[in-house]
Amino acid sequence: MLFLDYIWLIPLLPAVGATLMFFFGRKLQKSTVSAVCVGAVVLAFIMACGAVLQYTNWAAAHDHQPYEKVLYTWLGTDTGHMIYVKSDGSTAPFQADAGFLLDPLSSIWLLFVTGVGMLIHIYSIGYMAHEGGYYRFFGYLNLFMFSMLTLILANNYVLMFVGWEGVGLCSYLLIGFYFQRKSASDAANKAFIVNRIGDAGFILGMFFIAWIFGSLRFSEITSLARAGHFSPETLGYITAATLLLFVGACGKSAQLPLYVWLPDAMEGPTPVSALIHAATMVTAGVYMVARSNALFVLAPKSMLVVAIVGALTAIFAASIGLVQNDIKRVLAYSTVSQLGYMFLALGVGAFAAGVFHVFTHAFFKALLFLGAGSVIHAMSGEQDMCNMGNLSEKIPVTFRTMFVATLAIAGIPGLAGFFSKDEILWQAWKYSPYLWAIGFITALMTAFYMFRLIYLTFWSPSRVASHEVEHHIHESPKSMTVPLVILAFFSITAGYLGVSPSLGGSNRFEKFLEPVFANKIDAGEAAPATEEGPRGTEYFLMLLSVAAAGAGWFMASRAYGNAGKGYVEPIAAAAPPVYDTLLNKYYVDEGYDYVFTGRRKLGDIRLGVMGLGEASSWFDANVIDGAVNAAGWITRLTATISSWWDKWIIDGVGVNGPAILARMLSYPARLFEWGLVQWYALVMTVGLVAFVFYYLYH
Amino acid sequence: MLHISTLHYLVLGAALFLLGVIGVLTRRNVVIVLMSIELILNAVNLNLVAFSRYWQGIHGPTALHGQVFAIFVITDAAAEAAVGLGILIAFFRNKETVNIDEVNLLKW
Repeated sequence: MLFLDYIWLIPLLPAVGATLMFFFGRKLQKSTVSAVCVGAVVLAFIMACGAVLQYTNWAAAHDHQPYEKVLYTWLGTDTGHMIYVKSDGSTAPFQADAGFLLDPLSSIWLLFVTGVGMLIHIYSIGYMAHEGGYYRFFGYLNLFMFSMLTLILANNYVLMFVGWEGVGLCSYLLIGFYFQRKSASDAANKAFIVNRIGDAGFILGMFFIAWIFGSLRFSEITSLARAGHFSPETLGYITAATLLLFVGACGKSAQLPLYVWLPDAMEGPTPVSALIHAATMVTAGVYMVARSNALFVLAPKSMLVVAIVGALTAIFAASIGLVQNDIKRVLAYSTVSQLGYMFLALGVGAFAAGVFHVFTHAFFKALLFLGAGSVIHAMSGEQDMCNMGNLSEKIPVTFRTMFVATLAIAGIPGLAGFFSKDEILWQAWKYSPYLWAIGFITALMTAFYMFRLIYLTFWSPSRVASHEVEHHIHESPKSMTVPLVILAFFSITAGYLGVSPSLGGSNRFEKFLEPVFANKIDAGEAAPATEEGPRGTEYFLMLLSVAAAGAGWFMASRAYGNAGKGYVEPIAAAAPPVYDTLLNKYYVDEGYDYVFTGRRKLGDIRLGVMGLGEASSWFDANVIDGAVNAAGWITRLTATISSWWDKWIIDGVGVNGPAILARMLSYPARLFEWGLVQWYALVMTVGLVAFVFYYLYH
Repeated sequence: MLHISTLHYLVLGAALFLLGVIGVLTRRNVVIVLMSIELILNAVNLNLVAFSRYWQGIHGPTALHGQVFAIFVITDAAAEAAVGLGILIAFFRNKETVNIDEVNLLKW
């Protein structure tokens, strides 16, 4: 049980690499940097493979329990000093461990994160060879691996949140890698800030969960949620908690309405786009929702929200992807769209299908991004597909691997994407044909924009702007092409892990995940679906989606097969307003600028939140402060009057008046005091004599 | 032989008193005024002693209250002279005069 016992080493290895880069990276040779950072991830991958292998053996002997390894109590104490009141009035100790959890779900993520991560690290050696900040790049990548692995392996929400924030930070750092470029630092800020909104939801959801269940450990919460009978009130709380968690997932996984940061995140180096913004980090939201599946199952309304948001994001992003010209942006919108698929699957209760799509998507989307990076590398930094074309023979390895990935994502039978996407569409159909219809149209769009990318980049006549660039086009070095080939291999084969029964497979992927998603309600509903009855429908739908993929390819070939210089987009020719709307991404960024950031004004008036802020500020400055000032002015006026009254009436008449009177009256009396003692004595004597005589002769 | 009665003492006391009063009222020199006050006090003492003697004739030789009172008055006179002369010296240091009509500061 070596690897399982030392599972905490898996995230720690890249952390060590990142630390070394942080302190000593500047002084190290590029080769040393690559050796340390890539080596750390390779080691992590080997350990991850070992751990998962050992776990499967261990799980077979332990009733498919999740494996938990608690290192120490990280927050709170065992003695129960930090106690809070739960929703039912009882108390619970607040506690979060530095604990690691390995179960089928985290195994899958662990494998593809370390695996794809390793390939992208190797790819980066070639891609970043001529770039400055080499050690910084690899340090950030390693830090990202550490955070992502912490996120995956955490056994409680709090530690997961540490990884969650860590990947957000690394995403920020890597999007802003070329920080001298204003657009890159703006994009980094955008990603970070939009993610904060989601993170606020995550934190609140976490509080809700702690408040409801008195625990933050996944295993405890899951068993409590599956065992318990909850009052409608508690179910309401759970709905709130799951919705808040989903807000967090929306931020991290770029769902409506928080997806806006992901397309801009393409400002980062391409390996970053592949690793963070396609394969791993953006699936963290899916992971979190899948991890909380026991809670989501208790909240059907949340599930519906997840499904609808997922479906809408899928079609929304796909439609934008139809007309984008930046090769990476097409892929970015494709990522958003595919993430939408995953959430659609989660929302309709097909957790395993969603996770399966995450798994296959990780390979072909990472491959597409790395291929795009290779294209950009060959084109000396050109990203606009309008200026490409006819590259298929000049960079054959890149072309072939990307073509494989395109076939996979478009859903051509036999490749990874077909199995996972079809599973999702089938599950969506069972839940609601409307959701299926959205997913189906999205599939058509996906095929179209992916083949558009292939035609514009590789097949159509060359539109390369300058001869210098034309001459410079070259295939990428081995360190870049080898990962492409490996990823292409997995883009073809990964799907065969989860072939559904209708295609003669046994869906081992789903079986593997069964212990994680073993919800009572799920089992009850899923049972009739596996019957033979609706299989006809399933085949029909499958045929439809294959037809959609083919149709997409056909339309793309018609539209872009001969796209020479100055070609016209078919959508632009047919409906210019639609084209403009799509090209400008439905003006969502502009809308957000009006409504939230306040960067745009309508005339002199700001709208939305900032406008509200400005209006509030105006109200505060003029009305509230005016009232305050008026109160102050009135007080001062009263004080002036009061002081005048005191000075002249109270002091003048009441106090000084008697004094003046006494003084006036004193003047005659004072005349008696003239100071000569002998006169006083004389008067006294005379008076005395007078009295004596008066009494004597009275 | 003429018998000296109480009345004789009283007449002598009245004469001394009158002399003292005239001195107080008329003289400018403060020292003289103080001396005149002594005369007044001693005139009173004479009266007290005379009446004491008169009361001894009626109540026996233990009726000595008047004489005792006279001793108090002598003591008082001494104290008064001391204080009076002290004030006078202080006054003289400021004004370089002992004329009572110049002692007129204590007025409105």
